[in-house]
Amino acid sequence: MHSEPAVKIAGLVKRYAGKTAVDGLDLRLAAGQVTGVLGPNGAGKTTTVEICAGFRHPDAGDVRVLGRDPLAEAAALRPRIGVMLQQGGVYPGARAAEMLRHIAALHAHPLPVEPLIERLGLGSCGRTPYRRLSGGQQQRLALAMAVVGRPELVFLDEPTAGLDPQARHATWELIRQLRTDGVTVLLTTHHMAEAEELSDEVAIIDAGRRIASGPPEELCRGGAENSLRFTGRPGLDVVSLLKALPRQSTAVELTPGAYRVTGDVDPQLLATVTSWCAQNGVLPHSLTVERRTLEDVFLELTGKELR
Amino acid sequence: MATGESTFAPAAGAAPLPRMIRAQAALETRMLLRHGEQLLLTVVIPTLLLVLFGGVDLVDLPGDGAGDSSRVDYLAPGVLALAVLSTAFTGQAISTGFERRYGVLKRLGVSPLPRWGLMTAKTLSVLAIEALQVVLLTSVAFALGWSPRGGAPAVLAVLLLLVAGTAAFSGLGLLMAGTLRAEATLAAANLVFILLLVGGGVVVPLDKFPDPVRGVLELLPISALSEGLREVLRHGAGMPWGELVLLAVWAVLGLTAAARFFRWD
Repeated sequence: MHSEPAVKIAGLVKRYAGKTAVDGLDLRLAAGQVTGVLGPNGAGKTTTVEICAGFRHPDAGDVRVLGRDPLAEAAALRPRIGVMLQQGGVYPGARAAEMLRHIAALHAHPLPVEPLIERLGLGSCGRTPYRRLSGGQQQRLALAMAVVGRPELVFLDEPTAGLDPQARHATWELIRQLRTDGVTVLLTTHHMAEAEELSDEVAIIDAGRRIASGPPEELCRGGAENSLRFTGRPGLDVVSLLKALPRQSTAVELTPGAYRVTGDVDPQLLATVTSWCAQNGVLPHSLTVERRTLEDVFLELTGKELR
Repeated sequence: MATGESTFAPAAGAAPLPRMIRAQAALETRMLLRHGEQLLLTVVIPTLLLVLFGGVDLVDLPGDGAGDSSRVDYLAPGVLALAVLSTAFTGQAISTGFERRYGVLKRLGVSPLPRWGLMTAKTLSVLAIEALQVVLLTSVAFALGWSPRGGAPAVLAVLLLLVAGTAAFSGLGLLMAGTLRAEATLAAANLVFILLLVGGGVVVPLDKFPDPVRGVLELLPISALSEGLREVLRHGAGMPWGELVLLAVWAVLGLTAAARFFRWD
């Protein structure tokens, strides 16, 4: 039913003052699906969204949004897309409900404003000026502004950055509902769990290039199939643990106090790990046998250095 | 497919243009009226100048002691010019500068409202505020004993001057807002307001300045507006073509430069 992709990006390049933000990116968004664009800070996610929304000229490459050129055909596209920017976009003196009602008034068949405000938990601050809203409330207002015009395609740039758990779940629910109702969603995030939870397809980008893509479960398959994770006190002697394990196993401390054992994870290996823990006086806070998560894939692909 | 229950089912489309522009103009006007510092510039300062200098003998104004031309007859046209300066230039520059800084212009840039629609709405909102200013300031002036000259032709001349002045100041204000940082715009727009208040024939007559300086000051848009209004309202002159042409030149220069150099984010 949806043969033509909603967004088609081929060989996109964008440089700022000599610095390359997007470096030959290829990306397709299937219509009616949620596509998660995952990448570390500075990977080029926001630049890509801004080019799709018609804010910036690409330096090279071809971008088609709903089959159109986002710059040359901006006037035809704007009513059909919804955009949530990372920051701002609202008159500092405008009240939350007032601004949402205004964006609704610019569209032909907007959603009713009040239920949307309630749904996103903004009911209590409808009369509060934007500049006095908390960061999380500003985020939710920006999300509401992106969807109130009943767009076909929504760009959400880090919609849950800085949200508390309740607000994050309200946002997730809304994104799921968008998908159910047939809206195409591009979601950028650096939270793996979010991408895994919400996306039909995930594209991992790093340094302006796509380095992996596919449905989350496919990305998580392949490579180290099984792993055993446990948490304990930081700085355990993983070398001695490794000696106790069968050959071809690995044991690493991923972050202080978080350990991962990979290899042929079977009951015997589990017993080996727990008896090693007993010998070393370690009571793991948690111990799980799991398949690869998107976070593992992400860290394997993009490296662990902070940047 | 969409059912009655389905909340987000796409139904995209732009509202009709007149509705979009009306909504945008109404919002912009509310934002200006809600902004305390803006009201200080657009309402409080012109009113105070009119009341203080019109009612009290603080500076030596033409009309002092003269039989038929009172102090307020001199002041009222200048204060009307100042009202246009405060709204079309200073107020618009500062608010647009901060809208740019806070991503409002960027966000509206992806709404169905086209850029020219946004600019039309801004102009309508400036004109609405100016209408309120004119009503307030002329009421105060009449209360102080103002007796303007001229009939219907004078009203037409005044309207043309106000519109030309608005266009000239809007171009310059938007040029500033679209090219400088918001803080720089805030500082510069206020500074220009004060300089033009002093040197633009608003309260201080231009003939108090030495000749060479006066020659330059007379070319400023504020001088053209205040002198043009004064010619018509105080001296009962006909259509002030010289001033109108000067304002039109400023408007073309300012609006062309703003269209060329304005940065939306």
